[in-house]
Parts: sequence; structure tokens; C-alpha cells
Amino acid sequence: MEPALRPTDETRDGPAAGLRAGLQLNEAGELHHLLSTEGLPRPLIERILATADGFIAVGTREVKSVPLLRGRSVFNLFFENSTRTRTTFEIAAKRLSADVYNLNIAASSTAKGESLLDTIDNLTAMQADIFVVRHAQGGAPYLIARHLAPHVHVVNAGDGRHAHPTQALLDLYTIRHYKGEFAPLSVAIVGDILNSRVARSDIHALLAMGVRDLRAVGPLTLLPTGLEPLGLRVCTRLQDGIAGADVIIMLRLQNERMRGALLPSAQEYFRNYGLTPQALRHAKPDCIVMHPGPMNRGVEIDSAVADGPHSVILPQVSFGIAVRMAVLSMVASAPRETALERRRAETAAPGAAP
Amino acid sequence: MTLHLAIEHARVIDPSSGRDAVADVYIAEGRVAAVGSAPPGFRAQRVIDARGLVVAPGLVDLCARLREPGSEGALRGEMRAALAGGVTGVVCPPDTDPPLDEPGLVRMLRQRSREAAGARLYPLGALTAGLAGQSLAEMHTLSEVGCLAFSQPGALPADHNTLLQAMRYARTFDLPIWLHPVDATLVGEGVAAEGPMAARLGLPGIPVAAETVALHTIFELQRSAGARIHICRLSSAQGVELVRAARREGLAVTADVAVPNLMLTDQDIGYYDTNCRLDPPLRSAADRAAIRAGLRDGTIDALCSDHAPVSLDDKLLPFGEARAGASGLETLLPLTLVWAREERIGLAQALAAVTCAPARILGEDTGTLEPGRKADLVIFDPQEGWTVEVESLLSSGHNSPFAGCRLEGRARYTLVGGEVRFER
Repeated sequence: MEPALRPTDETRDGPAAGLRAGLQLNEAGELHHLLSTEGLPRPLIERILATADGFIAVGTREVKSVPLLRGRSVFNLFFENSTRTRTTFEIAAKRLSADVYNLNIAASSTAKGESLLDTIDNLTAMQADIFVVRHAQGGAPYLIARHLAPHVHVVNAGDGRHAHPTQALLDLYTIRHYKGEFAPLSVAIVGDILNSRVARSDIHALLAMGVRDLRAVGPLTLLPTGLEPLGLRVCTRLQDGIAGADVIIMLRLQNERMRGALLPSAQEYFRNYGLTPQALRHAKPDCIVMHPGPMNRGVEIDSAVADGPHSVILPQVSFGIAVRMAVLSMVASAPRETALERRRAETAAPGAAP
Repeated sequence: MTLHLAIEHARVIDPSSGRDAVADVYIAEGRVAAVGSAPPGFRAQRVIDARGLVVAPGLVDLCARLREPGSEGALRGEMRAALAGGVTGVVCPPDTDPPLDEPGLVRMLRQRSREAAGARLYPLGALTAGLAGQSLAEMHTLSEVGCLAFSQPGALPADHNTLLQAMRYARTFDLPIWLHPVDATLVGEGVAAEGPMAARLGLPGIPVAAETVALHTIFELQRSAGARIHICRLSSAQGVELVRAARREGLAVTADVAVPNLMLTDQDIGYYDTNCRLDPPLRSAADRAAIRAGLRDGTIDALCSDHAPVSLDDKLLPFGEARAGASGLETLLPLTLVWAREERIGLAQALAAVTCAPARILGEDTGTLEPGRKADLVIFDPQEGWTVEVESLLSSGHNSPFAGCRLEGRARYTLVGGEVRFER
């Protein structure tokens, strides 16, 4: 008999937070937090991409802002250093006319021994509306989301090895821009999938959009277990992995991986998995090459490819701002009062109008 | 105060004999005087009407951390938690602060335990000095002050020669060694069982090999050195199979498993629930099934709570930073009953895993209702429903992976040495 002793996430977190399992959608199915691409329904993803469409033009105008988040406070809470992601979130929030505060927490309160949730409480007391969170530990944004008052939102800007949902959404945006339909595409994700939050978020996002041919490419030391059950094909040779691919997503190889027992050297990695013009010949002639940045030229990608005609790496960055604007505006406009709270308010006030 | 006590009309379950029948139990001089009819001349000073209740030997928990020495004053609360859980004997591992590697510390701990008048305390001595895994602790001296066995909690000593010599030395005095089958190098940064769940959550994984490599090492050294070995807290199907093979081969091996590994899987981590940050980690449904089969067929002797009080501050953290462990003393009995119900095992057989089987591993004469033995027993209502509310736990650790669960079975009276030390 299958034991079912414990409450499920649905019953434990859902009603308590007024949110569905996954902690990111409210009862109306709208985006309340963005924590992961896992569990995002396809229509919602399409709505995010369509909203981003509308923001692309904003960036090309002389006046690059719209007043959607005027008066709202967005706190960029980076417990782990990142210039690029923080900057794009900052630009996105400013283009929405929000007040943006950048906090490099690694250098301040936690160093003084303040706990993560104390930090959050303090900032919430400063009337934060949205927290954009990056943390070295997987799951940290869930801890924050569970803790917050119902009118405050969390956008995950990267947590440990777990998720980087806005990166995955901008990857989807880029693929859709160049390729249109998702279902017929062959997509290869190459590199350090084990340690990559981008890879995890891309996998969930691409599967949600109906990609059927999705490959994970890398040496066995950098591939997690459990990929096949998700519907991925695992390839240990680059040329097999990218054979006939429409889209190649290269992952950054962190330097610290070289120090452990995972890889012998950057040179050997490049010889086997570096994307060179020669290797690229195995992919479709019109394939696009993506990279979440920052790139290690000569480690995972050859400069000739990074700067070549197949590369869409810089457009990814531009699209990233529009996609982050879409996410920030959507979470901020999710109704502050959920249906559950309304019900609670009604039951708590007998005699109130039915 | 011990007195002459009669427990009437109880459903008496004695796992050591398989007895399960309504009868009266008579207690005198701290011992079980008779089950059935009163001994000649017995005059009860107190009578407990136990109609509808079960009388069974008190639970013997093979692993409960009392956090003393280290957090002074903690022991009393944990002992209350034990009694409230129907636990009359607790084995305290030596991973205290400082570790139990000196006779003075063990004497002090036992003294505090006597003052607390809780469950019986069975301290384990440190296998190596300071638990550093390098030089042997004074095992024989520690055994003279009451350490029943010697343990190296957490993981095997990195130096296998130390482990080999520790086994030889322990065998000299016929002292058992308790080991956690964990190879620290294979655990690395891991915080959850390696597998699809950890991969999905991006949590560093602990491979099954961390357990199996350690078991191979233990058994291979045991073949050379002798020594009686108790394997603490199996977590994997492969681990259970290795223990089964070792027993079949005739090695002097016993084993236990912790309640969470018997009841839960890594899926229970959900969205980073730090209540499920446990050591050993929760593994797959197949591992849980193998553990259940192993406990049922006797490959695994005993079920323990693996009680580890952890402060809320240490749990309100990202999963990877949260401290491993959970309160377990107060839920050991009802969860044993859940296991019995789900696996359709008779109460007598199920309770054996928390009474006579662990007592046998300790070489103690408790865990039975046989006349003449110490009257350590629990009287509980097997039907009494209650919800695990972590705030109400008597332990200082207000967290449990079973928080919010509706359970059945709760101690009404807990007796140690014939004395009613808890009742509700």
C-alpha cells in the first residue's frame, strides 16, 4: 500500500499562501511569483512572451519608459554576485518606471550574521513590492515566497543549481523570434547541465512549449541522473548531440569545475565539447547558437562561432530586458487579494453582505 | 516511588513471546511480577484500569540525541519527550559537544539522566578520541562506566586502518561497534539522495554508493578483525541487500533503520521542505519498499526514531544550509503502528522492532513483559487520534517531517522500573 501520510504541497502550501502548488500562481492561474519554469502552463508562457513583444518597441524609442510600475519598489536582492543579470533587471524595472534598489547582500547584512528571513522582513518594512532574488542555494526564493505577506512578489533571478526562469523565458523568446513554432524543433543543450540552473529552467520551458526532440550533451560527470524520464535524449558526444539541431544552447563552464574531479582541463573540454565552426557543420545549416553569458571563449565556444552568423547571443541580451519587463509587470498586476482571502474575510465577518 | 501496581483488563502485547491477549499485569519491586493472575499475597497500592488500552514493553530507541553535553539543561526536556512517546530506553550517540570519549563525561551524563528521572539512558562511547577518527578512545574504561557500545557517528573514519584496529581492539573486550555506513568522500557536498528529485531541485546528490562502499568496507574489515557490528540507519535497497548477504554469510551483524526512511521518500521534500533535510537522506520509493521488506523479514532488526532536536533557526534556511535532523521520540510509537497497518503486520510483530529487538542488540533484559524482568512499559490507546503539532512537542526540536500528520496511538502511561513516570 502506498503510504500517503504527509499533507501534499497542494494542501500544505497552497491554501496557506493562497497559491497553488508550485507557489507561483494564484487561484486565478495568474503569475504571483516567478520561481521556476517548472509547472508554468503553456498559455501563461505564451502570455509572457506576448507581453514582452509589446515591450520590445519601448527599448527602441527615444523615451524608453512606460509608467506601469510607477511608485512601486523593486529590490534587487543579490546574495551572489552578478553584474549582468542584476543590470538587466534594473533596466527592466526602470523602464517600467519603478523605484529600483540594488542590494549586494553578500557584502552587508548576512556577513553580520543576519538571517535571510530577517533581511527580508527588514526590506518588507521598507515597503518593497517586488524582490528580485539571486541566491547561491537552490530553493532560497521558495523560502522567501512562503514567508512574505500576500501583496509582495518574488522573481527568482537564479537560485543555486535550481532555476533561472527569466533566462529560460528569454531563451524561449529568442527561439520563437528566429524559429517560430517550437514543436518541430530539435534543441541541444550542451555543457555543464549538472550544475546549471539555466539548463534546468530551459528544459522545463522547452518541454512545456512542446519541443519533442531535446538533447542534453556533455561528459557523464556533468550530466545529472534522471534526464531521460523527463523526455530528454542524453548524448555524450557533441557531434551526435547537435546533429540536425535547429537550436544549440551552450552553457557556461564555471572555472571552479576544473578544480574538482569533474574535468581534467579546459583544453580537453574544448577539444570534446567546444563549439567550433567544424562541429557546427553537424547541425542544421540555419541553426541558431545561444549562450546565457558570460562566455568563456575557447572553453565552451570558439570565437568564430560566438561572433559568427549563427550566433544570436547579443539579441538574447536585448530580448532579456523585454522579457523581464513582462515578468515584473505581470507579477505586479496579479490581484493583491486572492479569492481565498476574500472567502476568509467573508467567513471572518459574519453578517457581512453575502 | 515504586509500588505494587496492578494494570487490569489490558490488551497485553508482549512481542518477545508473541502474546496478544486481554489480561492483568502485576508489578512489584520495579519488576514484572506476573501476567494473568496475581502472585500469592499481592496487594496493589495502585490499580490502573486499562480497558481498551494496550500494555506493551516500553520502547527502546536505538538513537536519540539529548544534546548533552553541549546544550546544558536539554536532557530533561528530551527525556520528557521520550516518556510522552512511550520510550523507556534511549541510546544516546556520542556526537555530543564535547564527544563522549572520557569516563568523566559519561558519568556526568548518567548522573543528569538519573536526576531527570526519564527513560533509561544507554550512552554510546566514542570509538575514536574526540571522534576525530585517528586514535582509539579508551573503550574498556568507558565500558566500565556504562558505555554499552562504541560508535563513530556521521561517517566511517577516513583512515581505514584506524577502523580495522578499532574492531580488533573492541573484539578483545567483546565490545560491539556501531557504525553509520557512510563514505564521507562520496557524500561530498550532497544534501539529498542522488536521483531525479535532487536533479530537479538542483540539490547536490548523495549517491547510494556512499552507503554501499561503506558497507563493503565495514564487512571486509570485519571478516578480518571479528568484532560485533551494528549498522545504524540504512537508507538504500542496495544497503539492505548487502546486510542481508552479510548475515547469511554469518557475520555478527545487526542493523536498524530510522522511521523517516521507513515512511517517506525524497518526493516528500516537495519544494525544499527543510523538515525533510535528514541524515541519512530520504531515498526513492523502491528503497523504502526494500527497507520495509528488510525490517519485516528481520534483515533489519530494529526501528529507531533518530531523534535530533534542531532549532527553528537552523531549519528556516535554504534547504542546503538547513541542519539535518528532526524530532522523533514522540512519534516513534504511532508511526510504528502506521507501518503495521500499512503492511498488515500484527501489532506484536511490529512492536518487536521497537522493543525486544533493540533491547536484544543492547544486551538488556528489557523489551519484554516476562515475569522477573524490569517493569519498563507503556500503556497506550492504539485508537487515540492526534495531530502532530510541532509547537506542542515536548522536545526542544519543534520540527518533524510528520508535522500536520494525523496519527493514531498515544502513550497514556509510561513506566520505568515499575514507576509511573508519565501519564496523561
